[in-house]
Amino acid sequence: MAEFDITVNGKNLTVDVDQTTPLLWVLRDHLKLAGTKFGCGIAQCGACTVHLNGNAVRSCQIPISAVQENEVTTIEGLSENGDHPVQMAWLEHDVPQCGYCQAGQIMSASALLKSNPNPSDEEIDTAMNGNICRCGTYVRIKAAIKTASKSRTV
Amino acid sequence: MSKVKTGIGRRSFIKSVSLAGGGLVIGFSWLGCARGKEEAEAELAMQMPDEWFELNGYLKIGDNGIVTIYSPNPEIGQNVKTSMPMLVAEELDVDWNNVLVEQAPLNTEVFTRQLAGGSQSIRQGWESLRMAGATARQMLLTAAAAQWEVPVSELSVENGVIRHSGSDRSIGYGEIARAAVDVEVPEEVQLKDNNNFKIIGTSRKNVDAKKIVTGQPLYGLDIQREDMLIAMIIQPPAFGMEFKNMDAEKAKGMPGIRDVFSINTYPDDMEKEWSDVGAFPQVVVVVGDSTWQVMQARKEIKVEWDLRPELVKEIEILEKSPALRDSGGLENSNIHSTLMAEVASKKAEMIRKDGDPEAAFKNAAKVIERSYSCPYLAHNCMEPMNFFANVTNDKAELIGPIQTPEFAEKSISKRLGMDLENIDIQMSRMGGGFGRRLYGHFVVEAALISQKMGAPIKLVYTREDDMTNGVYRPAYYVTYRAALDANNNLTAFHVNAGGMSESPLFANRFPAGAIDNYLAESWTVDSNISIGAFRAPRSNFIAGAEQSFLDELAEEMGKDPIEFRLEMLKRAQNDPVGENNDYDPARFAGVLELVREKSSWNNSNTSQSRGVSAYYCHNSYVAQVLDLTLRNNEPVIDRVVCAVDCGIVVNPDAAINMVEGGTIDGIGHGLYSQLTFENGITQQSNFDSYRLIRHREAPKKIDVHFVDNGIDPTGLGEPPYPPVIGALANALYKASGKRMYKQPFISELQGEFKT
Repeated sequence: MAEFDITVNGKNLTVDVDQTTPLLWVLRDHLKLAGTKFGCGIAQCGACTVHLNGNAVRSCQIPISAVQENEVTTIEGLSENGDHPVQMAWLEHDVPQCGYCQAGQIMSASALLKSNPNPSDEEIDTAMNGNICRCGTYVRIKAAIKTASKSRTV
Repeated sequence: MSKVKTGIGRRSFIKSVSLAGGGLVIGFSWLGCARGKEEAEAELAMQMPDEWFELNGYLKIGDNGIVTIYSPNPEIGQNVKTSMPMLVAEELDVDWNNVLVEQAPLNTEVFTRQLAGGSQSIRQGWESLRMAGATARQMLLTAAAAQWEVPVSELSVENGVIRHSGSDRSIGYGEIARAAVDVEVPEEVQLKDNNNFKIIGTSRKNVDAKKIVTGQPLYGLDIQREDMLIAMIIQPPAFGMEFKNMDAEKAKGMPGIRDVFSINTYPDDMEKEWSDVGAFPQVVVVVGDSTWQVMQARKEIKVEWDLRPELVKEIEILEKSPALRDSGGLENSNIHSTLMAEVASKKAEMIRKDGDPEAAFKNAAKVIERSYSCPYLAHNCMEPMNFFANVTNDKAELIGPIQTPEFAEKSISKRLGMDLENIDIQMSRMGGGFGRRLYGHFVVEAALISQKMGAPIKLVYTREDDMTNGVYRPAYYVTYRAALDANNNLTAFHVNAGGMSESPLFANRFPAGAIDNYLAESWTVDSNISIGAFRAPRSNFIAGAEQSFLDELAEEMGKDPIEFRLEMLKRAQNDPVGENNDYDPARFAGVLELVREKSSWNNSNTSQSRGVSAYYCHNSYVAQVLDLTLRNNEPVIDRVVCAVDCGIVVNPDAAINMVEGGTIDGIGHGLYSQLTFENGITQQSNFDSYRLIRHREAPKKIDVHFVDNGIDPTGLGEPPYPPVIGALANALYKASGKRMYKQPFISELQGEFKT
């Protein structure tokens, strides 16, 4: 066990865990931020996607020791009031079915739109291909990303 | 207007019934998460009334007019948490914006059939949910009439406000609710005519959507409790093996580890519920403080496994297969395929026979015979199996994702020897169900672990645990034969279907009833690989096979595939063969006609390859036309047009979502997914080896059209899945010139191109 200082959703926090502990389990078990989901543990499904300095990463593959001074943003910190344009677009299109994968989908989509505000269908497919939705809401996710891309405040 | 007796739900009107909790948080704190809690409290302060009045078990009304409706059934993504309360709200005549929805806990005193399965929640709840709303409405009106000393007939109500026609008096539900509680429950209430619906048939957003998109803790895996421990299992590496012994000394000394032991979930003498399916009753359990610590400790436990001799004995196929005998009952997918194709199908049992099929085949000018197969599938809910349990000497508290809470409660009762009334089960939102969570062995496991530890625990499966744990969609195999006379008329039809321990045959479904000479046969092969219901059980395979065969048959007969089906349906309607046909030919034809129109089937000049398919299951009818293009041997699905007859559509946009999802789910599994075995070991255990459909492979467009016929609602969660596999196979044939006989189709397609 060792102490690690990390920044999550703008807050400076200290956690005392084994250095191999993935960021995913630090968030879920230790910081009680359960919005970041466990799906596969091997970076194949995208349910655990968070932002590290604004980039979409799989938190199941990042040991706490590698987080260091990088800024971690989770679904809980994506916006103050749940009104990020991607979240608003998700509500407008009523995307979720079971909803379990959607936090990861939203984190991937919001990172995509930050780097590419007007993605083509192919670019959306490529950026989102690592996020599995078992319920099959893919058509709505793409429509929601397009709606969000029209918003100026992404 | 239909009158219904309230007596069917009499017990739900016992006013002393106390449902857990009073607000949005049900009986426990989801998380110690400060921000979430503050937010929840802010929401409560804003919306919660000072006092609630429970009018019946389904709803309570606050003194400020806010209504809480309890959604009885488990929510697995089918959106019943929104659509079931919509039915109550409709008859209550309340403003949907003033409705809060809570997941009801398991309460067999109040609710019937708290189960997510068979696409039956809305169909079977249609009357009781509306009756609950109508009863409360009548009690509120009666109370208002008494207060104003006017007849009830002079009152009207809109959006939760009661008005008197003879004066300008009005009163809100919140103001009269206290008095309404004392009104005698009416014995009979009137339900609305369909054309008076204001909520049913209008799109309402998912009541949990905001919480989902902001990452609020909603799922079983999200449960946190003070002093809660994490438990994980180690199960045998292969089907056909069982626990022998272990060395866990090292693991026990690792940081955060509390204990390592084995449990027997289902002792031989336990009387099981149908939902108690589990391939591995005895598993090793590791309990510790945090998930990662337990995961690390699991790796350090040395477990020895044995072959299970009783399983070897049970496997009938052993006698036929020396290879399997040598392996001690550890099964292989290639042996399954051989057995199903060459051995088992020859010992089928006749299930239905019309006319004289033997003679028709003997006299046929031409016989067409084709065989189809599919592999085992894992459900792969995105949220792996898990459950929270807190079992003490006199009480068991269980919270988590379960499609069959009523059965789980009985299983816990039998396994722990505890009375039902001391067992409390609450349902979390589920990260997918698909049938996997019908089988609650993990609930029993969680209860046993908590009991042993004397502490609250959360049992967590990894993806690998989940995927290699069994309860699979079976491997199936079917052979179809058709007899044609010299004029290319269809004179006989023969279906011979079976599978690894379950047959996919539905002997009385179309085309039974449409053909004079018809034979349906069924068989099974025993296996030690545990199986269970998977979204649209059995239909999920047989629909695609049958609809591919009909397509090939239509081509052979020189007929348009839709016209060919419609001709047969006309026969089934006008002059049906046999008496047990379990579909309505007119409704079946209706979806084919609708999809023909909406896809411009007859005058399409699309460059894409098209396939059509239609199927009846879970009381509903779905037809689909799928357009695709092959690019570098990969199918690109441009569009799917769906025509659906599920009767009245309660929540249209959510229903469209469900049809889109079911369509994508069917395409994905028919095209990409398979679970195979070598020596009893699954050859896929995570998403790197098990292929699920992804964004890039999803259809570019899905158009959904509903038949508007005012019939009471039928199923929707499952029906869109089965037929699309047939439409896909038929479109792939058009594109590649190759018929698809073996799922997953991608292997057939690319195997062809590789050689």
